[in-house]
Amino acid sequence: MLQKRIIVCLDVRDGKTTKGIKFKGNIDIGDPVRMAEDYYRQGVDELVFYDITASSEKRGIMIDVVQKVAEKIFIPFSVGGGIRTLEDMKKVILAGAEKVSVNSAAVLDPDIISQGASHFGKQCIVVGMDVAADKGKPSGYGIVINGGRTPVDLDAFEWAKKVESLGAGEIVLNSIDADGTKEGYELQLTKMISEGVGIPVVASGGAGTPRHLVDVFKKGSADAALIASMVHIDGYTVEGIKEFLKKEDIPIRL
Amino acid sequence: MKIGIVDYDAGNLRSVETALNYLGADYFISSNQDDLIKSDKLIFPGVGEAGYSMRVLKERGLDNLLKDYFKSGKPIFGICLGCQIVLDSSEESNTPCLGLAPGISREFSHSMGLKIPHMGWNQVKQQGKHYIFKDVPDSASFYFVHSYYPELRLPEYGISSTEYGITFTSGFSVENLVAVQFHPEKSGPHGLKILDNFIKGLD
Repeated sequence: MLQKRIIVCLDVRDGKTTKGIKFKGNIDIGDPVRMAEDYYRQGVDELVFYDITASSEKRGIMIDVVQKVAEKIFIPFSVGGGIRTLEDMKKVILAGAEKVSVNSAAVLDPDIISQGASHFGKQCIVVGMDVAADKGKPSGYGIVINGGRTPVDLDAFEWAKKVESLGAGEIVLNSIDADGTKEGYELQLTKMISEGVGIPVVASGGAGTPRHLVDVFKKGSADAALIASMVHIDGYTVEGIKEFLKKEDIPIRL
Repeated sequence: MKIGIVDYDAGNLRSVETALNYLGADYFISSNQDDLIKSDKLIFPGVGEAGYSMRVLKERGLDNLLKDYFKSGKPIFGICLGCQIVLDSSEESNTPCLGLAPGISREFSHSMGLKIPHMGWNQVKQQGKHYIFKDVPDSASFYFVHSYYPELRLPEYGISSTEYGITFTSGFSVENLVAVQFHPEKSGPHGLKILDNFIKGLD
């Protein structure tokens, strides 16, 4: 039976990992390659590297990080942040990443999804969606871009259906409202999107305890759950979280 | 012992390469049939679209290389798309394939209530005890990402099965050919063990 995935997200700026609270006030917490190896040994199912490097001249550092990670860990990983063109995608895929994640760039130019899917296969193309509650939208949720700062005129549910039809292989669904709160994933949003599309949905934003992961799998119908500060800062291990999930009858790889 | 890796622009070539580096294997990557035929063992990786990939194979004369290699009796290891293309045909773009193993590559159906692609870690139930599963626990999980799956005409060639809506053949072996639908190069220590078993063989 297909297992639920635990994905650890590493935010990387200028080649160093950080973890942001509500996307603000990032603090440096380490070397991404070493951290990736640690989580690999703990049995993480997948990793995501999110490049938040601001200056374009330092973007090459990320490719170097991707290459080093690919040489040492033998599980799938994806790279997002600052990917806008087919050329950007090609660089990270050739460096050894399985998947690339597009977010704001896909909102501004949805064709990048279909172009990416036809060049690299849809399994390579992940669309990251930053979502905030918005009573003015039909589904009650709207899309925001630029790291959660700018709302755009897109309903979250309609956008999810659209990215699927354009050839996305997976959606990473990030709740801006829950992100950094450690109070749990946005279950209603996750359930709506995950049950509404035919591609895997990764829940993101809000995880603070292993119980939150149980909830997002059981009540939110998520295919995978993204975690960050729980393991980077709060002392949980991937092994410990997985053992807890197993006891709660979540199908998980131990 | 020299391992040849078939280069036909398949998506996971680099991942297979880094895994072989890690294992310290003696290998080379080539799209030249004269070089590849001289290798002692062949890895046929693959992520991509069946129709396009068959075209690239034919343009490079690699369709004939694979058929000749199979006849030579030297070991071949097909991975993911490489496991589908060795069959008679694929439902993907209705593509005639290499016909080294009797079967067809079928498409998963959304009507089964499944998310497609089948993406993530799933259990591989071993049938019999093929040497590539040496020291790999039965029902261990491996990483899959695919929308089509192998359906053998002769189920006795199956070496493993996996459940995703249906029970499908996730590994099979016909004479000197062994092929798996999952990605050993991306399946952690158990996956590396499978690659290592293929490299070291029965010795």
